[in-house]
Amino acid sequence: MATVELSFSALPVHVRTARLIVTAVARRSGIAEALLDEVRLAVGEACSRAVEAHQEHCPAEPVRLEMTDDDGRFEVVVSDSVPGEDFAGPADPADAASWSAFASATSAAGEDSSMLGLAVIAGLADDVKITSTPKGVEIRMSWPI
Amino acid sequence: MDLKVNDYTTDDGLTVINVEGEIDVYTAPKLREKLIDLVNKGKFHLLVDMEKVEFLDSTGLGVLVGGLKRVRAHDGSLELVCTQERILKIFRITGLTKVFGIHDSIEEAEEKRKNSK
Repeated sequence: MATVELSFSALPVHVRTARLIVTAVARRSGIAEALLDEVRLAVGEACSRAVEAHQEHCPAEPVRLEMTDDDGRFEVVVSDSVPGEDFAGPADPADAASWSAFASATSAAGEDSSMLGLAVIAGLADDVKITSTPKGVEIRMSWPI
Repeated sequence: MDLKVNDYTTDDGLTVINVEGEIDVYTAPKLREKLIDLVNKGKFHLLVDMEKVEFLDSTGLGVLVGGLKRVRAHDGSLELVCTQERILKIFRITGLTKVFGIHDSIEEAEEKRKNSK
């Protein structure tokens, strides 16, 4: 199936729209029913993170998603336009529980869910790559088809 | 796609919050406001019924953690009713099953509360 691209205004209300579209594309690509909830949640987290970053730095810029299925994998890339800083994280970025501990340690108010969001993505996506560049942050998630 | 949040307080002083719909970055503020409002009204023992929640993400988790911290400042409690595996999964992934008391039903939560008094 050809790549599907989605671009949406950085508003919280559109994160659900992105979840619905990604779920439909994932299902069509052949992702197992049991994995669809995970795809929905992980991509939703990445989109929420991008929306919050844009609202703080560049609210007029859209958040972008690209969905591809190639080589037996379904991949979603969520890109934002917030220039990347040195991306700090826990010692073991592949371990969801270590993101949670990191989130608790670094969160003052206890409602900072951005690190929790990354913990969730790490725990759900089969493969995750987070790239932080001067143009923005790119979260690349994939699952086997 | 609005989130529905209703609450009632039992004779025993437990405030049950029924949540229906999807809790995400757009709808979570409504739950957050309800929790803050209840604490401001002196309701410190809260039970959030998640059985009709269709989706929960980290924003929702953050709201629940924030609510827990608020009630604990008043020696209160915030516990959950949840039997849906797809909702429990996000608590497990983040390790928050160790933080929240999670019950199979409102009755079970009430019973446990009575027995611990």
